[in-house]
Amino acid sequence: MMGRTIFIDPGRCIGCQACVSACRECDSHRGTSMIHLDYTDEGHSVASLPTVCMHCEDPVAPCAEVCPADAILVTADGVVQQADTTRCIGCANCVNACPFGVPKIDLGAKLQLKCNLCYDRTAYGLAPMCATVCPTGALFYGTVEELQAERPGVQVADTFVFGETEVRTGVAMVVPAEKVRWPVPGGLPVVEINGKDVRR
Amino acid sequence: MTAEPRAAADRRTFIPLDPSLAPPGTRAFRDAGGIPADRWHADQNGETLVPTHCCFCGVQCGMYLRVDRGGKVFGVEPRNHDINRMRLCPKGINAYQQVNHPDRLTAPLMRRSRDEEFREVSWDEALDFTVAEVKRIQQAYGNDAFGLLGGASLFSEKTYLVGKFARVALKSRHVDYNGRLCMVSAAGANKLAFGIDRAGNPFSDILLTDCLLIAGSNVGECFPVMTQYVWGARDRGASLIVVDPRETAIARTADIHVALKPGTDSAFFTSVLNVVIAEGLTDENFLAAHATGWEEVKAKAAEYPPSRAARICGIPAEQIVQVARTFARAPKAMAWHARGIEHHSQGVENCLSVISLCAATGHIGKPGAGYGTITGQGNGQGGREHGQKSDLLPGGRSITNPEHRRQICEIWGIEESELPPAGTSMMEMVWQMQRREIRGLIGICNNPFVSLPNYRVVKEGYDATEFHAQFDFFLSETAANAHVVFPVTTWAEDEGVMANAEARVVKHNKAQDPPPGVRTDTWVMCELARRLGAGDKFDFSGSRAVFDELRTASAGTVNDYYGITYERLEETGGIAWPCPSTDHPGTPRLFEDGSTYHPDGKIHLQVVEWHPPMDPYDDEHPMSLTTGRTVAHFLSGNQTRRLGALVEQTPRPWAEIHPSHGFRNGEPVRIVTRRGSEVFPALVTEAIRPDTVFVPYHWPVPTAANALTIDALDPRSKIPEYKVCACRIEHADRIDEVPAPPVAPGHVAYPETQVSRTDPLPPTSPQGRGTSERS
Ligand code: SF4
Ligand code: SF4
Repeated sequence: MMGRTIFIDPGRCIGCQACVSACRECDSHRGTSMIHLDYTDEGHSVASLPTVCMHCEDPVAPCAEVCPADAILVTADGVVQQADTTRCIGCANCVNACPFGVPKIDLGAKLQLKCNLCYDRTAYGLAPMCATVCPTGALFYGTVEELQAERPGVQVADTFVFGETEVRTGVAMVVPAEKVRWPVPGGLPVVEINGKDVRR
Repeated sequence: MTAEPRAAADRRTFIPLDPSLAPPGTRAFRDAGGIPADRWHADQNGETLVPTHCCFCGVQCGMYLRVDRGGKVFGVEPRNHDINRMRLCPKGINAYQQVNHPDRLTAPLMRRSRDEEFREVSWDEALDFTVAEVKRIQQAYGNDAFGLLGGASLFSEKTYLVGKFARVALKSRHVDYNGRLCMVSAAGANKLAFGIDRAGNPFSDILLTDCLLIAGSNVGECFPVMTQYVWGARDRGASLIVVDPRETAIARTADIHVALKPGTDSAFFTSVLNVVIAEGLTDENFLAAHATGWEEVKAKAAEYPPSRAARICGIPAEQIVQVARTFARAPKAMAWHARGIEHHSQGVENCLSVISLCAATGHIGKPGAGYGTITGQGNGQGGREHGQKSDLLPGGRSITNPEHRRQICEIWGIEESELPPAGTSMMEMVWQMQRREIRGLIGICNNPFVSLPNYRVVKEGYDATEFHAQFDFFLSETAANAHVVFPVTTWAEDEGVMANAEARVVKHNKAQDPPPGVRTDTWVMCELARRLGAGDKFDFSGSRAVFDELRTASAGTVNDYYGITYERLEETGGIAWPCPSTDHPGTPRLFEDGSTYHPDGKIHLQVVEWHPPMDPYDDEHPMSLTTGRTVAHFLSGNQTRRLGALVEQTPRPWAEIHPSHGFRNGEPVRIVTRRGSEVFPALVTEAIRPDTVFVPYHWPVPTAANALTIDALDPRSKIPEYKVCACRIEHADRIDEVPAPPVAPGHVAYPETQVSRTDPLPPTSPQGRGTSERS
């Protein structure tokens, strides 16, 4: 997990889509939102959760790994940038590689688009637009210590298992304290909570 | 924690920006270092951030409007204001797009009869025609044949002017406003019980409570930014009780979700009180010292044992017991309610039953303990405080109280005999229009064609008027019925104050000049008054001058604004009234010394008797129709139905139905009430009671929830019963689409300085790209 990063707490999400609207206002995408909202149990519950780029750390960004044009750059502080316009060929390899379903392709422009953690804001110490406006704190930007100071006892996971493969991400997920062994939304078992391996 | 330093060096890397490199004067620099509170400041690109507040709901989130070099609003930036701490909901984020929307009205529209098309005319022609019609109608039928309807999204200065204009310039008793459709039931109940009409506690008290009861409020969608306080309370371990027929986003995570049948709230709350009494959980010391009427209320509560209330409300009796214990045993408990319990023919009673519960358990007037009502419109609170309500004069004075009348006449410089008596409520005025008792009408900042119940009656009423003028910045469904439409400013083109749900007065600032041809509502009202011969009473240069008169007019009343000045508001970010002097800090929390605003200082508890809703169920209409909002839209949708992102988020209304009825998702269903029938796509979900169907009301006919709702009113507050009427659901063939108003694109063009930047990445140093080679 990066130092300051986004924490996603699905238990708080009210499905308002302020994050989606705010993302559209971000200077680096201008009018296109890079977040989408998932409704996990439609017809039965109003539960929802936002999907943002998880900024995979280990292995480093599958999207960047597979990019034949070396268009997806990773910053030293772990932010997986959106494709460099001067390099991207719009092949959509990244779309297929991402385990979280994040990158989008603008077919007309033959250009990949994805969340770059509002680099124009975070680089100056500001929170990304989505986490700034989220009325509920379902998207929180800060360090895990800042999160825990605000929400005593909160537990987070930043490792996900896909079959044999483990992915450790820069963005973390809040998991219900009493349910640490339950799958996190998406059906993936939690293997690590607040940095501790809980599989034993 | 996550350990292993990543092998970043052998990956594609990208050198980050050094925060210290942010050029002074840029937004990033200023925000990173903390923006000097409420200071206008242009950066190197000529971009200015103007501190203001959202124009929509009663939370009144602080925001900056981004203004380009040419002085035009082009975006929004979150603002770290006390109320919202940067948070915004989708309406707030997109609000700026209406300011320079292509659909703005920029010249007065006029026609002499409703058969003609509108034509653009000069201001003089529109004003002269209006004044001539006012005079003609009043000479023929009397002064009261001309009415005025205001709105609670107006700044308080303008609502003060609406009340003064009706009584002094039009000399008519008929003035009311659309806050009548919003929270007047809570206002009436608070006035009866406490002698003051506002929430008892600030939002921040929610963070201190141990038990939060939310009744009839879809906080997540209608007041999204308030949710942060609710979750903050949960973080501290507070329990959450939600009373709502639907499983809303807030109800989903509640400890107790009471999904009662619409229209049964007071039976439920009185029964909770019954259990509180039976289990000895009342605070008798508090009641003895601070309340009157307790014995009567107690006797009435005895008639509502949980077994009886459970039958009325359609819920398990155990839930009533559970709520009583959780609320009464909490060291500090709070109740917040909204339209869900207020939009009823027994709205005042519903609110009174909540107040009785708070008082009986001693949960009043302490940090983390108290009650509150959440205002729907931005100025739902302030909009009625200064005299645009039919029975109120400025400062919340009563128009029937001779002393109050004398005080106001002195300030306005008129004889007491010239001040008209109380008028009727908004819905009653429409009935009077139908009966041709009111023949002329000016509407300011309202859209009754979508927002009033029983559309057919509303249409008949408006069609029957001989003259109708409307102030608006878009051609609303109601404005399309008018003879004259005055193009007026948006909230970003004028300054003024609003009072939010906490009764905290905040100042909105002007971010851009109005487009050519557009005038402020203040200017139009003063100009009409001048042409009606009352110019000397309306000699206002702008909002500030009106505010100063308003402050003086409120001095010494319960709604005392005297100590609030524009300068203080800019310094403090908001002051809660009463604030009697310029060195008074304001009153965020009421009753801290146990004393209310009644002369005896007591809480006057009131006996409440539940009765069934006004529209009876029968075999043909066995179900409840309930209406409400969705997060992307505001009130009649006149503003939000034109903004691309919000239309995309929620393009049309739907009917929320339980799966037990056998409909498929998306299938067209016809909802039939005694007023009419309309077709909506079904949204099949277990998140609603099987005997209830929900339709959001932001759209006009042919998919208007308010073509179906009943125009029954609460006898005391005169609020319509929007939240329950009898209906049935049938299969239908197809849905008639709403003719959509023009929609602005999802975002507005960036100012020139930024458009020239074609690379979607932020500006970087040259090295940034240089190190991106793969090893
Ligand atoms: S802004 Fe927050 S609460 Fe709203 S949908 Fe996005 S994550 Fe959920
Ligand atoms: S609509 Fe209400 S909650 Fe949303 S931004 Fe505006 S004031 Fe805040």
